[in-house]
Amino acid sequence: MSNVLVVAEQSRGTLRKATLSALTAAREVARRTGGTVSALVLGSGAAAAAEELAAHGVAVRLADAPVLAHPLAEAHAPVVADAARVAGASWIVTAATAYGKDLLPRAAVALGAAVATEVLAVAGEGAEILLRRPMWAGNVIAEVELRGTVKAFSVRPTEFAPAARAPGGSVTPLPVSVDAASLRTRFVELQEVKSERPELTDARVVVAGGRGTRGDFGPLSGLADDLGAAVGASRAAVDAGWVPNDWQVGQTGKVVAPELYVAAGISGAIQHVAGMKGAKVIVAINKDADAPIFQIADYGLVADLFQAVPALRERLKAG
Amino acid sequence: MPLKLLVTVKRVEDPESRIRARPDGTGIVTDGVNYKMNPFDEIAVEEALRLKEKHGGEVVVASIGGAAAMVELRAALAMGADRGLLVRHDGALDPGVGSALLQALVAQERPDLVLLGKQAIDDDQNQTGQMLAARLGWPQATFASKKESLESEAEQKKQPGVVLAADGGRALVVREVDGGVETLDVALPAVVTVDLRLNKPRFASLPGIMKAKKKEVREIPAASLGVELAPAVVVRRLFDPPRRQAGVKVADVAELWTRLHAEAKVL
Ligand SMILES: Cc1cc2nc3c(=O)[nH]c(=O)nc-3n(C[C@H](O)[C@H](O)[C@H](O)COP(=O)(O)OP(=O)(O)OC[C@H]3O[C@@H](n4cnc5c(N)ncnc54)[C@H](O)[C@@H]3O)c2cc1C
Ligand SMILES: Nc1ncnc2c1ncn2[C@@H]1O[C@H](COP(=O)(O)O)[C@@H](O)[C@H]1O
Repeated sequence: MSNVLVVAEQSRGTLRKATLSALTAAREVARRTGGTVSALVLGSGAAAAAEELAAHGVAVRLADAPVLAHPLAEAHAPVVADAARVAGASWIVTAATAYGKDLLPRAAVALGAAVATEVLAVAGEGAEILLRRPMWAGNVIAEVELRGTVKAFSVRPTEFAPAARAPGGSVTPLPVSVDAASLRTRFVELQEVKSERPELTDARVVVAGGRGTRGDFGPLSGLADDLGAAVGASRAAVDAGWVPNDWQVGQTGKVVAPELYVAAGISGAIQHVAGMKGAKVIVAINKDADAPIFQIADYGLVADLFQAVPALRERLKAG
Repeated sequence: MPLKLLVTVKRVEDPESRIRARPDGTGIVTDGVNYKMNPFDEIAVEEALRLKEKHGGEVVVASIGGAAAMVELRAALAMGADRGLLVRHDGALDPGVGSALLQALVAQERPDLVLLGKQAIDDDQNQTGQMLAARLGWPQATFASKKESLESEAEQKKQPGVVLAADGGRALVVREVDGGVETLDVALPAVVTVDLRLNKPRFASLPGIMKAKKKEVREIPAASLGVELAPAVVVRRLFDPPRRQAGVKVADVAELWTRLHAEAKVL
């Protein structure tokens, strides 16, 4: 029997949706190995997030203490290890977000666990779990086996449907023994990118721009507002300082899987494509007819984005 | 206070190369594939060099791999690193084993700061730095970046993004997180993993390349470091993902709208 522990992510009491994808993956493992799934919520003033997660039919342990207020791996990792022992967990699952990627390998060392990151699917047969994960910017998929008594993985949220609400959940406190005075990491500040638009990873439509915008994201932002879309960007646009880092889509940025992805002034380098090829419909607007983005786009328009995007907005208004 | 900086350098497939799985699933097709230093590690080397230029000290670069990894170590020495360590290990490696080997190097070298890439672009694991920090019981600042853009004046002046406190005992690290940028203050010694926006790495100069040939690189057999070398992450098979098919080129905006509206039904 293998119990599975889901490490949740929350901010100011709000549960991150990616956690529900991790829960789905955890349940798949538990179903195959015959264990039970429980979850851990860490933070300070995080009770609302724990209740929200419990409303998805899972037994939640809430580690709530001032020392956990900021998502410091140094403070959170020992709590994850404690919770895993309390739960008798042989699998630890979290979402492959910045928090999850920072925390999970650190917690895994305390448990002697092997880790697979960015898991796309749970494969293998019966109780033998193999995990599928991308390598070489997603050009190749690996099927990996984790050895040892405790195993851990982070899941790519776009690849697992979020768990639905269900009865039977509960919240119990988990005592926190981390001593604030012993920490050698201090939180200084978080500069948030504030936006009225939907989160890039959750948006139904993403409008993304690259070097071809020459730094003018005005037309694309306008289109995004018309469509209720999030705005994304290529590395070139982010590196130039035109838009926040947080907008980068790709191998080393965010992975998105919207219904519609509009790439304007983006050439379609493999590192960019790695982050958006899961979109249902891809539109490319590029003035170079040979740009590689056209090889993966469902609808390609060879045009200057500064003409095409305003024209598309006009057409949308006309209905 | 002079700084001792340890930087890791991995030999990886060139990101420009097209990578495919071998039909039998045991590896990738290597014909025509070029190798180079992991791009994130170039950024880590650059950051270490800037810190040394500002504070004085020594930059030691380390790689784990076969004899060929000497090429990437020399490339780091040509950028300006002082000496190299090549942990000779042929065969499969995972972040658990890699971080244990690096822990042994840290015990020998006693650096103030270990700088690693946030991920190696071959296996895309994004784990080694976090595991190393955990093994050492050191603070970690992953995904190091800076607030100024790569086109900023600070970058033109080659300022390090990692800022040391006056007493040299702590470092301020700006890091990329979901939803913004966070600043952490870590006590040294610490582990930092670097992201793309930390700096623009320099190119090696011709004199740099000449000098690098004479710099010391010590080879250390992995088996001599007292680490269990069997990986716990075992790749059972590799395969190519389904490729997206190219769609159609539309004539104009009107056709694009019609297709999106009537055909794809997304607008
Ligand atoms: C380790 C590593 C990791 C990376 N990670 C990422 C990542 O996560 N995400 C990412 O995006 N990239 C990443 N990259 C960078 C990637 O390789 C490309 O360099 C980058 O995606 C290029 O951005 P771009 O398409 O905006 O720019 P370019 O390749 O310069 O393309 C600009 C395009 O705009 C078109 N254009 C110009 N003007 C117009 C106009 N007026 N109208 C319409 N089209 C126009 C041009 O024809 C061209 O196709 C990574 C690279 C490395 C080495
Ligand atoms: N074999 C290796 N040799 C040197 N450095 C490595 C090796 N493997 C991983 N690293 C370092 O660890 C970082 C993260 O790698 P990974 O966790 O494998 O994605 C890389 O950017 C390197 O700096």
